[in-house]
Amino acid sequence: MPILIKGGRVIDPGHMDEIGDVLIEKGRIRAVQPAGTLEAPGADCRIVDAAGLWVTPGLIDMHVHFREPGQEYKETILTGSQAAAAGGFTAVCTMPNTNPVNDDPAITALILEKAARAGLVRVYPVAAVSVGSRGEQLCEFGELKAAGAIGVSDDGLPVMNAQLMRRALEYAAGFGLRVISHAEDMQLAEGGVMNEGPRATRMGLAGIPNACESVMVMRDIALSALTGVPVHIAHVSTRESVDAIRRAKSDGIPVTAETAPHYFTLTDEAVEGYNTHAKMNPPLRSEADREAICRGLADGTLDAIATDHAPHSAMEKEVEFDRAANGVIGLETALPLGLKLVADHVLTASDLITRMALAPARILGLPTGIRVGQAADLTLIDPLKEWIVTIRDIKSKSKNTPFENWTLKGKAVMTLVEGQIKLDGLQRENR
Amino acid sequence: MALKKKDILDLASLSVDEIQLILDTAESMREISERPIKKVPTLRGKTVVLFFYEPSTRTKLSFDVAAKRLSADSLSLSAGMSSLTKGETLLDTARNLEAMHPDVVILRHAYSGAPQFLARRLKASVINAGDGTHAHPSQALLDMMTIRQHKGTLSGLKVAIVGDIAHSRVARSNCEGLTKMGSQVVLAGPPTMIPRGIEEMGVTVAPTVEAAMTGADVIMMLRIQKERQKSFLMATEREYARFFGLDQERVRLAKDDVVIMHPGPINRGVEISPDVADGPYSIILDQVTNGVAVRMALLFLVTGGGLNADSD
Repeated sequence: MPILIKGGRVIDPGHMDEIGDVLIEKGRIRAVQPAGTLEAPGADCRIVDAAGLWVTPGLIDMHVHFREPGQEYKETILTGSQAAAAGGFTAVCTMPNTNPVNDDPAITALILEKAARAGLVRVYPVAAVSVGSRGEQLCEFGELKAAGAIGVSDDGLPVMNAQLMRRALEYAAGFGLRVISHAEDMQLAEGGVMNEGPRATRMGLAGIPNACESVMVMRDIALSALTGVPVHIAHVSTRESVDAIRRAKSDGIPVTAETAPHYFTLTDEAVEGYNTHAKMNPPLRSEADREAICRGLADGTLDAIATDHAPHSAMEKEVEFDRAANGVIGLETALPLGLKLVADHVLTASDLITRMALAPARILGLPTGIRVGQAADLTLIDPLKEWIVTIRDIKSKSKNTPFENWTLKGKAVMTLVEGQIKLDGLQRENR
Repeated sequence: MALKKKDILDLASLSVDEIQLILDTAESMREISERPIKKVPTLRGKTVVLFFYEPSTRTKLSFDVAAKRLSADSLSLSAGMSSLTKGETLLDTARNLEAMHPDVVILRHAYSGAPQFLARRLKASVINAGDGTHAHPSQALLDMMTIRQHKGTLSGLKVAIVGDIAHSRVARSNCEGLTKMGSQVVLAGPPTMIPRGIEEMGVTVAPTVEAAMTGADVIMMLRIQKERQKSFLMATEREYARFFGLDQERVRLAKDDVVIMHPGPINRGVEISPDVADGPYSIILDQVTNGVAVRMALLFLVTGGGLNADSD
């Protein structure tokens, strides 16, 4: 069925930002023209009135945990895909810390098969750097790539051995795989459960200093400089990391980085009352860090926004703070939290779409944009729609969000993957 | 006046008036322990659960004695015997406890915030008997009671707390309580044991143990645990004793009428020399005696008792 999206603000950063019509046929973008100039090609064409909406390249979340195989009670590839589509994402990268770890082509293939069966969003598996993510032996990057892996990471755990990290960068480069670094010095972090500082001291919780992250960011920058191989830093949370990445980029070192909505929205104040829904790794930091993250997003030091969507059941969260699992879900709240940065004049609309779509695509070597002939992966966004984060409306199987009952502004109202509608929040109004 | 609080979780959530009330009530409880028949019927028919996830001898004993002197029925659950070892979560344990309708649950737990977790889920009053490195309110209250007995006030005193502040819930609760009551708290110890940002609790950190002790009205020494060597917080006990321990020479830096305290159990020869521990300035055993009185006061107040129940 062809789809004609009429009168939306078409935002394709670096290319166009104007009110226009977009025609989709056979899964591809057939035409992009000024508003009112495109006609429906036939009676079976669905016409979407996009007045007041943004039409953007499909959002890409390059950092999610879908828990399958192994912890299907937290999330499956199906439920995770549903959450992604609901949040406006057309593609996600699944991290390898499943059980077993995605260190084997058969597991990569299984993830892709489940994703195809779910048939909602594009799923790009990230495989492990080391066997079992144990930091002892390189995985078969060539085999993993052939099975469909898009990158490698021991995410959830850092690659503590610098020699292994160096070799992983070199070996991955030979196969065209991007290495994603979970930057954390495990010894320095040992026992820590929240941001180190006055609040942790008062609450009697062991702290994780900023240096835990930045020492490893600096190491990985040095290894990228040494090898000439790009490295991508996941979930940046500290001002020192932002500064180090900014300096590295100006020195021409091929480092890229992402941060997550919780790091530009929340501080460790959210932990008050021993709130386990504010426990994640890296931890929520200080206001000075949050501001530095915003500046890093504004000037492009931080290329991408990724959610680090980390579903956990009540069993892992309704426990003592020290025992609670790290992580929060993020797919269904990322876009409105990003839109808040636009409302607060931290980012322009075009910046936001760059951070959530174009940059991840560029880092991963994926197609993106709204050009004639391209696959129609598009997100329609109502930037003004106000809604309240309600647990029962969350599509993710797990409900561990620190944003419960927040009133957010802006929502994805339609998600199209290859011209297929995967989220239709406009059905009743527009059909 | 009655205490309008379901739970006693930390000193931060108690006002100056509430602390005064608890200390005054404890003074009146003290006398009960000196009678030939050390029992009053005040809490007859009330059920007090001593729930100790972490080993404890003196705090548990002290709460148990306090409950019995007030005629409450006390029963105790400890980590070894509780279903925790069978994998039961704190949430399930809380639900099971709730079903037995206890009036007061006294919780000792290795994790900070566990009493808050329990308090939110139980109708019963929760008294924190020490959680992780967060708080130990009954200890701080008995410390304040003991200081007040010896100094007549809690205001305007210089109190030096020396040792492993980072791992001490006793230090945190005393910092909160004593500053609230108008004392000046000065901390000292190896910098590895001073947690970042502790100054924001209204205390100061002295550059040396000597600086902290100079002119002090009260010196409180904290227990040093040998296992801290493993996390690189100290080198040896021998060096600790020499540079950070309390001996006669350092006692002389303090005011002439200084009192020496220690929450126990003490490591003789490490953080405190034996002659100081047993010396004339030591009020360590008064702390133990007052512990029972403070805990009786807490049990009495959280179950709805007031200083003048008739007039209130």
